[in-house]
Amino acid sequence: MARLPELDYEAEADGICARLREITLTSLRRRGLVVAMSGGIDSSVCAALAVRALGKEKVFGLLLPERDSSSSSSKLGRMLAEHLGVQYTLHNISSTLAAIGCYSALDEVLRRVLPEFGAGWKFKLAISESMAGRIGITRIVAEDPSGNRHEQRLSAPDYLQIVAATNFKQRVRKTLEYFHADRLNYAVVGTPNRLEYDQGFFVKNGDGSADVKPIAHLYKTQVYAMARHLGLPDPITSTTPTTDTFSLAQGQDEFYFGLPYPQMDLALWHFNEGLSAAELARELGCDEATAARKYESIRAKRRTTAYLHAAPMLVVPVTEIA
Amino acid sequence: MIDPKTQIRSFIEQNFLVAANTELKDDDSLLQLQIVDSTGFLELIHFIEDSFDVKVADEEMVPENLETIDNIAQFVSRKRGA
Repeated sequence: MARLPELDYEAEADGICARLREITLTSLRRRGLVVAMSGGIDSSVCAALAVRALGKEKVFGLLLPERDSSSSSSKLGRMLAEHLGVQYTLHNISSTLAAIGCYSALDEVLRRVLPEFGAGWKFKLAISESMAGRIGITRIVAEDPSGNRHEQRLSAPDYLQIVAATNFKQRVRKTLEYFHADRLNYAVVGTPNRLEYDQGFFVKNGDGSADVKPIAHLYKTQVYAMARHLGLPDPITSTTPTTDTFSLAQGQDEFYFGLPYPQMDLALWHFNEGLSAAELARELGCDEATAARKYESIRAKRRTTAYLHAAPMLVVPVTEIA
Repeated sequence: MIDPKTQIRSFIEQNFLVAANTELKDDDSLLQLQIVDSTGFLELIHFIEDSFDVKVADEEMVPENLETIDNIAQFVSRKRGA
């Protein structure tokens, strides 16, 4: 399979770190960086770059697990913090999420859609993507304590309530990141890679909120290569990307992108380079119509998630403020 | 009784075209004109099932059945006749 053009990762890391120093110290006038470390590849690379840019004394790590987080998240987050030598704290946000109504809002929908849903069950959202020629429709996939799968299509109100409830997780995390940033006079690092940033795979005022996003220009394949270049521990560089949002492990590809990340990288790169659907089809080994649908899906996601990127809009411009 | 096509048009106009001020033809593509997004299709399917007392199977959620007002009306008519 064709690959994205190889980067010079040493030069790339130097370039990112120079800008990260300049942005943090000069543009933002903050003394350091807060990074929430999920144990995933993106936040791990961001934390490592932050340490390279400012030194380990100027980076503060946060591990923010909750009831539905994979047990490996905190383990990998802790491993990374210790590998980098940064100060960090673990704050389990389950009680905050319970108090704010996140879990009860989820349970309300789950019991309505799957009446037998109860203790010991796990669930996730999955989307049947347009690669198959169908219109992408979101489904709930649940696993009972015996391991049997149950699937159900969601109505729009139920889907939206699940999304709204799970978005609490990213927003509560961001609240804690800014608590520590304010306390330390630091800035907050946002950790999206290029696929997530371009295709709007983030929560507005949740993980989408940050002061600086150091790897938003890097494709996911490049983030993995950067992680290896930076010498991050093997268990981190070999993780499969998941959303770590639902109790049942959910791949980013099944929920959002519709393709595993190496192919999604290729699709977005071909699209950005202005290459034809026929050329993408050759690289992916699919037919041209499928590749064309992927291009349309990229365009559609940009359109439908533009609102997530948008700053609050003023009815009348205040021209004195940039 | 209002015919299905009028009901479908009315639903789409009320829910998706509020601010667009667009004249929608029966064979206009709801996908290509960016009128209905993925959440919108969930709403549309819910509307079809609820209003016409039919079940839309996963394999039926294809553009040929749902892309235009004409497609949806023909699909509903086939489902009800089946």
